[in-house]
Amino acid sequence: MSKTLFDKVWDSHVVRKIKDGPDVFFIDRHFIHEVTSPVAFLGLKSRKNSVLFPERTFATADHNTPTINQHLPVQDPLSANQLKALEENSKEWGITHWGLGHKNNGIVHVVGPEHGITLPGATIVCGDSHTSTHGAFGAIAFGIGTSEVEMVLSTQCIMQPKPKKMRITINGKLGFGVTPKDAALFIISKLTTSGATGYFVEYAGDVFTDMSMEGRMTVCNLSIEMGARGGMIAPDEKTYEYIKGRTFTPKGKAWNEAMEYWETLKTDKNASFDKELIFDGSEIEPMITYGTNPGMGTGISQQIPNGNMLEGGVTTYKKSLEYMKFEEGDAMIGKEVDFVFLGSCTNGRIEDFRAFASIIKGKKKADNITAWLVPGSHKVETQIKEEGILEIIKNAGFELREPGCSACLAMNDDKVPTGKLAVSTSNRNFEGRQGPGARTLLASPLVAAATAVTGVVTDPRTLL
Amino acid sequence: MAYDKFETLRSTAVPLPIENVDTDQIIPARFLKATERKGFGDNLFRDWRYNPDNTPKELFVLNNPIYKGKILVGGKNFGSGSSREHAAWAVYDYGFRCVVSSFFADIFRNNCLNIGVLPVQVSAEYLEKIFKSVERNPNTEIEINLPNQTITLLESGAQESFDINSYKKDNMLNGYDDIDYLVKMKDEIKIIADSRPF
Repeated sequence: MSKTLFDKVWDSHVVRKIKDGPDVFFIDRHFIHEVTSPVAFLGLKSRKNSVLFPERTFATADHNTPTINQHLPVQDPLSANQLKALEENSKEWGITHWGLGHKNNGIVHVVGPEHGITLPGATIVCGDSHTSTHGAFGAIAFGIGTSEVEMVLSTQCIMQPKPKKMRITINGKLGFGVTPKDAALFIISKLTTSGATGYFVEYAGDVFTDMSMEGRMTVCNLSIEMGARGGMIAPDEKTYEYIKGRTFTPKGKAWNEAMEYWETLKTDKNASFDKELIFDGSEIEPMITYGTNPGMGTGISQQIPNGNMLEGGVTTYKKSLEYMKFEEGDAMIGKEVDFVFLGSCTNGRIEDFRAFASIIKGKKKADNITAWLVPGSHKVETQIKEEGILEIIKNAGFELREPGCSACLAMNDDKVPTGKLAVSTSNRNFEGRQGPGARTLLASPLVAAATAVTGVVTDPRTLL
Repeated sequence: MAYDKFETLRSTAVPLPIENVDTDQIIPARFLKATERKGFGDNLFRDWRYNPDNTPKELFVLNNPIYKGKILVGGKNFGSGSSREHAAWAVYDYGFRCVVSSFFADIFRNNCLNIGVLPVQVSAEYLEKIFKSVERNPNTEIEINLPNQTITLLESGAQESFDINSYKKDNMLNGYDDIDYLVKMKDEIKIIADSRPF
């Protein structure tokens, strides 16, 4: 029978099928961080269970960590307590732990691929919804709750009904100044934040084939923002090239065997999907959001749509614009901005910093802008230095911070103050996401850079 | 037993007729710093419920004493966004045992089921009926009958049935969770683990 890529990976991980219930689903690799794991370890202990396969779980500190002075003790006692809990739990159970200050430390969805923990055909979970990132390698990867973190620790399985299947194809090429982030925000604006709920997505077509691994990670990362549990892209030469030789990647004979398996990871010709969507790359321009969920996005040259023209709740739409202090019909270009954030598991990789640098090179940061440039990991930070990007950043009047989730969810001190407007390369523009009362515009690193040097929302194509 | 058994719940309801209520609203990230599952109900809908100076926002439904009960009724696409189980914990800790909506985000729904909060998905029309009934009479009682998989507005008798798979239903009725089931399967799981290439 013809199978999709998703079917092939899912079906090979089912331990048991429960009649009129979920599948018992085996997890190859499990990431944990300081925020969603402590209660899982408490549960494990109170039930007198133990960690079944500690070698399949990897811990990194990211959500809560400061992005300056990481060599000093963490000031916030609650954050410090969570970091300590992660370290102690990892030590107690023999789990690899990359805490604050460790050379491999960084955002969980950045460091996983960097060290070859993320592999094609693997099943990967983490107590974080952006675990979908790892689907870029042809893995089934998705976010789970803390009860499920405990399940994986104690049994390496979770219980999941198999999602429905959707394929999103984008043919052709992306235009000048249009990035993977724009492709993702475009799809989400078409589907809304609930348009793919209940589905697992496969991305296909020339646009994704042509995309770098970093770009694919950005796209898969944002799958959750249209409600999908995850998204994946079939592995190809670029995938193998990226993972080869990394610490946790199979080596020698094991690599050859794995390659044989990985080359079968393609959707069969006659396989069917529950839903298919097809777009053309030329339809997409640089995107920006204007509302309080990632589905409320538009081409940067467009105006904020009229709520009555859209499907769904007009009251909710108006509440959203009221929060943003925007009006229907407003142009996005030219809106005065206070903060720019480059970073997060969505856009905190080397390619994102290269893109940002390509615009700010030889220019100066606008005076009204506070900018936070936060690499996704120490590895990215090192690359920024080695490639001379740090110099470009400094010459343009910016600073580079230390790795972490930072202003994406503002659990640490990187909070956008009430009422201030931020252009952010992260993944969510929910009310208060970047700090209580903060207003967020999601966009690509190019839009963020163009805005950072002009001080107002700017189409990057005018500066490239 | 992981949580209290759920059979039939009869209660008034708290209406929140807003769509796309995300988990950052249900519990903002800055309240996720605990290492124990305690006290999350205090911060349920924190920024909709309180002003920056911690005084209550009078217009928000949780601050309106005429609305109370163990059932929270939300607009379409309830619980979207982050996977934080803290959102479901906050709902439970505040005193809700059931959330009704016309559509739930996947992870939130799963998290609820894992901790003993019953997500009840109804049609858009029925949801509207609930909002209208509760608005007209805040003392309107709703009955959630899990064995029969029905939800009833007791005043009018308007009823709808809801879906839940029989495995999860059985768990809710008995107060079991998935770990109780999985730990009995370790031998089967080890066989699969040995067969994996990585």
